[in-house]
Amino acid sequence: MSVAIRVENLSKMYQLGQIGTGTISLDLERWFITRVMGRPDPFVRLAEANDRAVKGESNIVWSLKDINFEIEQGEAVGIIGKNGAGKSTLLKLLSRVTSPTAGRIKLKGRVASLLEVGTGFHPELSGRENIYLNGSILGMRKREIDRKLDEIVDFSGVERYIDTPVKRFSSGMYVRLAFAVAAHLESEILIVDEVLAVGDAEFQKKCLGKMQDIGKRDGRTVLFVSHNMSAILELCKRGMLIETGEVVRDSDAGSCVAAFFERDKIHNGSANGRRRNRFLDIRNISVNGGQRYQIDHSSPFDVTVDLSGNDIRQATIFFIIENAFGQSVLHKKISSAAIGQTVIDGDFQIRIDLPSLWLTPGIYSMYFKILVPTDQWSGRAISDRVNLEVIGPMEPSGRAFINPDVDWNIRALESARIAEGVAI
Amino acid sequence: MQNISDSENWDLVIEGRGPLFDLKISEVWNYRDLLLMFVKRDFVSFYKQTVLGPLWFFIQPLFTTIIFTFVFGNLAGLSTDGLPQPLFYMAGITAWNYFADCITKTSTVFKDNANIFGKVYFPRLILPLSIVTSNLVRFGVQMLLFIGMMGYYAVTGGSFRITWAIVLFPVLVLLMALLGLGLGLIITAMTTKYRDLSFLVTFGVQLLMYMTTVIYPLSAAPEKYKTLIQLNPMTGLIEAFRYAFLGQGELSAMSLGYSAVVTLSILLIGVLIFNRTERSFVDTV
Repeated sequence: MSVAIRVENLSKMYQLGQIGTGTISLDLERWFITRVMGRPDPFVRLAEANDRAVKGESNIVWSLKDINFEIEQGEAVGIIGKNGAGKSTLLKLLSRVTSPTAGRIKLKGRVASLLEVGTGFHPELSGRENIYLNGSILGMRKREIDRKLDEIVDFSGVERYIDTPVKRFSSGMYVRLAFAVAAHLESEILIVDEVLAVGDAEFQKKCLGKMQDIGKRDGRTVLFVSHNMSAILELCKRGMLIETGEVVRDSDAGSCVAAFFERDKIHNGSANGRRRNRFLDIRNISVNGGQRYQIDHSSPFDVTVDLSGNDIRQATIFFIIENAFGQSVLHKKISSAAIGQTVIDGDFQIRIDLPSLWLTPGIYSMYFKILVPTDQWSGRAISDRVNLEVIGPMEPSGRAFINPDVDWNIRALESARIAEGVAI
Repeated sequence: MQNISDSENWDLVIEGRGPLFDLKISEVWNYRDLLLMFVKRDFVSFYKQTVLGPLWFFIQPLFTTIIFTFVFGNLAGLSTDGLPQPLFYMAGITAWNYFADCITKTSTVFKDNANIFGKVYFPRLILPLSIVTSNLVRFGVQMLLFIGMMGYYAVTGGSFRITWAIVLFPVLVLLMALLGLGLGLIITAMTTKYRDLSFLVTFGVQLLMYMTTVIYPLSAAPEKYKTLIQLNPMTGLIEAFRYAFLGQGELSAMSLGYSAVVTLSILLIGVLIFNRTERSFVDTV
């Protein structure tokens, strides 16, 4: 397989706050060198040194710093990371919206980037006119759009409104139409930034399916940024975790998502609760008595955690399971008094026994939290977040929260037989 | 080993710095359909939900002509080289409006389209080019008004004549468009960082009009300012335009050649600065 994208020592610098060096003469000099002569900014080197020596005083940040990677043709790569990690900057550079401060990107094939749905849509123009406008902006030729018009309209599902100005569209219809145009781009490389966050569930699924087709059936290269971890897992084989402008992990998507949650954990566990000689700490989560956080979706299970504290009263204990979207799927709380410990002084183990939850198989994260809101001492402790993998049969169509085994039955009634007889 | 063979045939290499002299003509050509789409968008969105629609294209030059005739012709009594006053002013206004529209609309192209530019790549030059083209439609409509006016004066016996120079008309229009485009490109590249310039544009264009032979003929210009007025590349173009359609004005190979050279130089500088700016303007705008 050949390489479709190669990124070499790619860096991008941004200046925070006021843009300009401060004085007109320096500004003019800089302007002359960068804009007129086309040389890179001479003040960058200064900034870099500054950044290392006195961290925090420099108003220059590296949004991306010395990134290197290669992507093979036909690969689907999910890029994950927290807000501000540099994901979007990377996509912007790849799609030529802005240019790198240093380093280079080499590409093979046409690039179509979808950093936003409906770029350039004009509210006064009709749906049809906007298909042409948006398609051209994304780099399609008119002939190409002519050929695909029916397909695009069909995919969008807004045939009825196609000659109405898009300002009269509902926002959902607007997004449908816009994605439909983008989905029909013919390019070897497709770059998609968090566009699935919009639109209803049905349409999201359609988009995901379309993107899967693009990657798997057509053998095109897909780069996908999303905060939706299950979409990443569904779509991408390879994952790239970006943190403060650097690629910190480049591996299969599953372990990348796991690493993301691991890094996302809240660090203030024990330190936070230490005050006035009191402390509170929770650690060591185990599932069914082990460190393997895997459960069958149809089995009951238990989770234990170690708790130590020093004269803690009126503690409330929480246990939370979140799905890949960060939504709580389970949220339980109880006061320590209710389970027989009014005062926590020393080491304890908490165990929570759960029935079979029938969660849709996938990756979840779970953690414990303890809040102590008394007048004399208030504090909280949060355990590490651990990934809980729920295994079980996957319902092909389902993105529902739970997926229990159910019994289906059909029973013919008196009237049914009569209806059948009439039909025959 | 594979690396070596790969590096031979990349379709695109994105780097921080590019060649200084890169006009990107072929890339612009590849996106010509987009240019037409933008022209269509401008045109359709202009008159949608207006009652008079494209009629608005007539109203502005018509009223300006009436006001100029009243103020400069009747009150100030400026010479019109013996031409009917409305015809004289309208010739100047029609040509000047096209040039001025090209400048002012082009000069805000980065600011107005920051949203699109920040999300998708296409050769940025497409947008200024589409502005010049869609203004051409507007100019065409205004030319119809001007020709209608000529017809009226021909019937009522106004003194003017169409000369051979009318064959130069396409060249004159092209030069006006390119001069407006070139200046607009320079201004827009600079306003991405220094917004103050955009306030100067409307004002500056208006001042420039008084330095051009729009409201007075070159023959009536005071001797000591004449050189200054002739240094303005638009003067040669407007004079030639008026000579072509009305038979009055100073047409010379010298002045026209001068305008052409200045126009092409400004355009070249404009395109180069514009292409420089487009690489990273998203970060500064």
